[in-house]
Amino acid sequence: MEDRINIPVGDWIEAAVDWILANLEPALDGIAWFLGLLTNSFEGALLAIPAWLLVLALVGLSWWRVSWRFGIFAIVALGLILGMDLWEPTIKTLSLVLAATAVALAIGMPVGVAMARSDWVEASIRPVLDLMQTMPPFVYLIPAAIFFGLGTVPGAIATVVFCMPPVVRLTNLGIRQVNREQIEAGLAFGCNRRQLLTKIQLPLAMPSIMAGINQTIMLALSMVVIASMIGAGGLGNTVLTGIQRLDVGLGFEGGLGVVILAILLDRITQSVGLRRKASG
Amino acid sequence: MEPIIRVRDLFKVFGPNPQEGLRLIQDGLDKDTIFERTGNTVGVKDCNLDIAEGEIFVVMGLSGSGKSTLVRLLNRLIEPTAGTVEVRGRDVTRMNQRELIRLRSEDMAMVFQSFALMPHKTVIDNAAFGLEIAGVGRARRRERALEALDQVGLKAHARSYPDELSGGMQQRVGLARALATDPSIMLMDEAFSALDPLIRTEMQDRLLDLQHERRRTVVFISHDLDEAIRIGDRIAIMQGGEVVQVGTPKEIIVDPANEYVRSFFHGVDITQVFQACDIMDSENIPVLDADTTAGEARNRIAHVPGNEAVIVDAEGRFRSVVQAKRLGELTVDRPASEVAVEVEPVTEDVALADLPGRAAKSPVSIPVVDADGAFRGLVTLPRLVEALDRSRNVAVANGDH
Ligand SMILES: Nc1ncnc2c1ncn2[C@@H]1O[C@H](COP(=O)(O)OP(=O)(O)OP(=O)(O)O)[C@@H](O)[C@H]1O
Ligand SMILES: [Mg+2]
Repeated sequence: MEDRINIPVGDWIEAAVDWILANLEPALDGIAWFLGLLTNSFEGALLAIPAWLLVLALVGLSWWRVSWRFGIFAIVALGLILGMDLWEPTIKTLSLVLAATAVALAIGMPVGVAMARSDWVEASIRPVLDLMQTMPPFVYLIPAAIFFGLGTVPGAIATVVFCMPPVVRLTNLGIRQVNREQIEAGLAFGCNRRQLLTKIQLPLAMPSIMAGINQTIMLALSMVVIASMIGAGGLGNTVLTGIQRLDVGLGFEGGLGVVILAILLDRITQSVGLRRKASG
Repeated sequence: MEPIIRVRDLFKVFGPNPQEGLRLIQDGLDKDTIFERTGNTVGVKDCNLDIAEGEIFVVMGLSGSGKSTLVRLLNRLIEPTAGTVEVRGRDVTRMNQRELIRLRSEDMAMVFQSFALMPHKTVIDNAAFGLEIAGVGRARRRERALEALDQVGLKAHARSYPDELSGGMQQRVGLARALATDPSIMLMDEAFSALDPLIRTEMQDRLLDLQHERRRTVVFISHDLDEAIRIGDRIAIMQGGEVVQVGTPKEIIVDPANEYVRSFFHGVDITQVFQACDIMDSENIPVLDADTTAGEARNRIAHVPGNEAVIVDAEGRFRSVVQAKRLGELTVDRPASEVAVEVEPVTEDVALADLPGRAAKSPVSIPVVDADGAFRGLVTLPRLVEALDRSRNVAVANGDH
C-alpha cells in the first residue's frame, strides 16, 4: 500500500479528551453534580404530584392558553399515555427536557445578548453555532459518555449542547431587529445600557426569543430521545427496548408518547409569548 | 438674550473615515464628490445656529439634507465629528455618560416620526416611560402621564395598547410621552408627518396651545411648508448638510438666500403669510383725540403724505377715521369727530388675503388694532395694492423654477 495523507484529527481529539479528563476533573464533577441535581429535582417534583392532578393542570393550561379544542386533545392524549402505562418514562423525559432547557436558556440568552451587542462577538460565536447545529446529534453522545459515563447526566449534557443554538440565534436576531427609532426613543429619554436592554431591547425582542425558546425545547426533546442510547432513560428507552426486542408495538407506543409530548410542549410554549386579548 | 441652544462649527461625517471626509470638506469638495472618492457621507456640514429660549424653530430641507442628523446631534444620539453643541451654556459634546443621561431625562425630550412606542405597554405606561427611566415611583409617574394624556386629549384611552389606536392617536401618545417629563426643550423629528391633513392641523393647534400654557423651546423638523410657516417662529433651510438660511417665514419668503430656498417656497400662498400688521401704515397717520378741532386736524394731515387721520379714545382705542376732504365741510373750531367715519377695525394678524374684500366695502382705509383694541395703523389702498402686487411678483418669481 502506498502512503496516504492522514491528518490525525482523531488523535488530536483523543489527546484533548485525555488532557481534559486529567486536568478538569473537579469542574466535570461540578457540572455533573449540578445537572444531576436539577434533573432529579424536576423529576422528583413532577412524580410527587399525583398523575391526575398533573394531567388536569396540563389540560387546563392547554384549554386556557391555546383553545378548548386543544384542551380536548390534551385530555385524550394524556389519557392515552396513562393507558399505555408510559407515565413514568414520559415524566422522566419531560424533566430531562425541562432541566436541559433551563440550563440552555441560562447560558444561551446571555450569549445571545452579548452577540447582539458586539459584531465581533457575533462573528466569533456564529461559526460555533453552525458547528453545533450541523454536527450529527449522535456525535455529542461520545464525549458526553466519556466525560460523564452513562446515565441521565451525560444525556442532559449532550442535550444542553445540542438544543442551545436556536435560543442564542434568535435572542441575537430579535435584539438586532429592534427598530432603530425605538432604541433612539430609549436613549432620548435617558436610558443607560442596562435600562436599554431590560426596558426596550428584551421586551421588543420577546416574540423572537420565545420562538427560540420553543425551538430549543423541541430540539431538547428530540435529543433526549436519542440520549437514551447512553442510558438517559425515559420514552427514548421505551423505543430503544422496542428496537432491541424487535417489538414493533412497544417501539410505536414509545414513539407515540414522544409525539404527544412534542405537540403539547410546542403548542403550549408557543402560546406563552402572545398577549391575550379580551375577545376578538 | 443668551440662546438656549448654541451650535458652533458642527460637522457630522458618516462612513469609514470621517476625519478624511472632514479634511475634504475643508478643501472645498461637495457632498457627492466626497462620497464618490471616499465612501464617506456628509450628514451635517459647518452648522452654526442660535436657538432662543421659548421659540419654535423649524428645520426644513429635502430628504437626505441632514435634518434628522442635526436634531440627533443636539441630544447626542449621534456623535459629532467636529464642533460643539451647547445647551444652556454647557457643551453637550463633552458631557460624560452620567451628565448626558441627566440632560436627556430632565431637560430634553423627543418625538419620533414613526412614534417609536412600546407595543407591550399600555398607553399610560408608554406616556410614563421617560419618568419610569428617571426612576419616578409608579403612582406618581402614572399621575403625571395621565395629565400629559389629558393635554393631548387621550385620557380616555389610557388603558389601551398602542396597536389599538389610530396613527394620529399613537402620534399623540408620543407627544404625551415627551410632555410627561415636562422638558424645557422638545425635539420633534417629523413628528406630524404621518398624520392626515385634518389631524395634522389639529395637532399643530395643540402644540401652539401648549406653547401658551408653558413656553418650551421646540426644534421641529418638517417637510411641509405650510406647517413650517404656521407654527415656526423661525425656519432654517438645509441643503446637502448645510444650513443655507435661517429667518422668520416672512424674511425667507421676501429674501430667499438662493434658488434652492426660492424653489422651496414655490407655490406657497403668500397672501396667507403676510398679515395686516406687515403692510399697514403706522407712521404717517395723525392720531387725534375725540375733541380735536377740524382746523387742527387739517393742519396735522397736511404735514403727512396721506390724507387721513384717526380718532382714538382716552385709552388709545380706535374710534373712527377722518378724511381731509370731509373736514372742509366744517368750520375750523368744530370737533373733527363730527365728520369722522366709524368703521370696524381688523386685528393685526388678519391675513393679507382677507383685506381686499374689506377694502372694497370700506369708504376709508382699513384701521388695524391690536388684541386690546389699541390703534396700530391703517391699511391704505396704495399700500394694499402694492403688497398684492409684490406678492404676485414673488409668486411669479417662484413659479419660474
Ligand atoms: N447612520 C448613518 N450612516 C451613514 N449615513 C447616514 C446615516 N444616517 C444618515 N446618513 C446620511 O446622512 C445624510 C443625511 O441624512 P438625514 O437622515 O439626516 O436626512 P434627513 O434630512 O432627515 O432626510 P429625511 O427627510 O429623508 O428624513 C443622508 O445622506 C444619509 O444617507
Ligand atoms: Mg429624517
